[in-house]
Amino acid sequence: MKVLLRNPRREVDVRGPMTVGSLLQHLELNPESVLVIVGDELVTRDARIDDADAVEIRPVISGGAA
Amino acid sequence: MKCRVCREPAVVDVRRHNAAFCREHFFHHCEEQVRRAIDAHRMLAPGERVLVAVSGGKDSLALWDLLLRLGYEADGLYLGLGIADYSDESTVYARRQAEAVRRPLIEIDLADQFGYDIPRAAAATRRAPCGACGLSKRHLFNAVALDHGYDVVATGHNLDDEAAVLLGNVLRWDTGYLGRQHPVLPSAPGFVRKVKPLVRLAERETAAYCVLRRIDYQVEECPMAAGNRHLGYKEILNALEDRSPGSKAAFLGGFFARGHAHGDVGRGRVTGRAHLQEVSARLELGHAAGRAAALILLLRVDVDFDAVDGLVARPGDAHDERARLALAQEVRGETDAADLQEITTFHALPLCCADSSTRGRVLDCRFLLRRRPTWMP
Repeated sequence: MKVLLRNPRREVDVRGPMTVGSLLQHLELNPESVLVIVGDELVTRDARIDDADAVEIRPVISGGAA
Repeated sequence: MKCRVCREPAVVDVRRHNAAFCREHFFHHCEEQVRRAIDAHRMLAPGERVLVAVSGGKDSLALWDLLLRLGYEADGLYLGLGIADYSDESTVYARRQAEAVRRPLIEIDLADQFGYDIPRAAAATRRAPCGACGLSKRHLFNAVALDHGYDVVATGHNLDDEAAVLLGNVLRWDTGYLGRQHPVLPSAPGFVRKVKPLVRLAERETAAYCVLRRIDYQVEECPMAAGNRHLGYKEILNALEDRSPGSKAAFLGGFFARGHAHGDVGRGRVTGRAHLQEVSARLELGHAAGRAAALILLLRVDVDFDAVDGLVARPGDAHDERARLALAQEVRGETDAADLQEITTFHALPLCCADSSTRGRVLDCRFLLRRRPTWMP
């Protein structure tokens, strides 16, 4: 599956199928710090992702000190 | 996962509530969290005109949308910070949301209207970019709100923002900043109230809210914020949250409950001719109204006695009454050393200063007196 990552924007290939939780573990990402969007839809960490899916992992941490 | 409310398939989980929600019930959850924050901290009153500080990011756009859905009269304020492509892009998101919600968006461009942008301001003042940016924002949010007749400024600071600030302040034991950290900064003459209605929502929730509401927002991080200390604190807190869901909310909520259990007890105002930075620094470092008042005398500035006498004493609270009298005496030069012990149960909060570069000019410094938080030794 194609996985889009941000900050910096890049794309990685990961072999599926697997759950969202397993994907985040594979990429060593904290589930509290990201959202996972498959196609156009937000999914929970037990959702299953197939090889054909387009996945975006969107960071949610933002902001300066202000 | 199933929605906790309707048992339909969930689209987002909120582990600190041990819950997952479908789209509609997640919207309800977000509205409920904002409504509770507003009610608990008395942020907004019916009929008040709210100015939402809109950056084009997820938090401010979600906040604007949520306040309107809760029935508040909320318009937007966008500041063009001049941070190259980042600012150009954020303008698009702010304008798009203004069109979507059909509310006015006031736009202020720092370079056009004030002759500087954030990169230049940071270089000129030798501040970190986030510091220069925050200072400009705080000043302009207030000035624009006053000019346009708004009652209150609402910012998109969320649970993660506030927990990260709290962690930083605790790590340095910066009691001055700790004493000021609160979801509401009350109004004062020349200053509108500032509120943070998203303090009960984590930024993962505000991001999810925007995705589910199809609110386009600027996902890319500000290039000038990269590597800043608060982002590091957030990563640490999220590592704790992953191991122990609810940690961030418990940390922040516990602080608010203890730090402001008794609330504000009054405010004062100092006017006179002096070195402004010296006065504000002394007020801030004093942490006690008594010490602040003594320093005011040392600096030979005039004190607005009405404001000092206007300290609010709770009916039947002899402790507050003694402190009020002692402070008034101290300001008038009628020092009673014994009473100073009582006064130190308060700390002074300078709300503002006219101009941090002022030297030898007339200053007008207002301060708020609060009961000493219970966590303060």
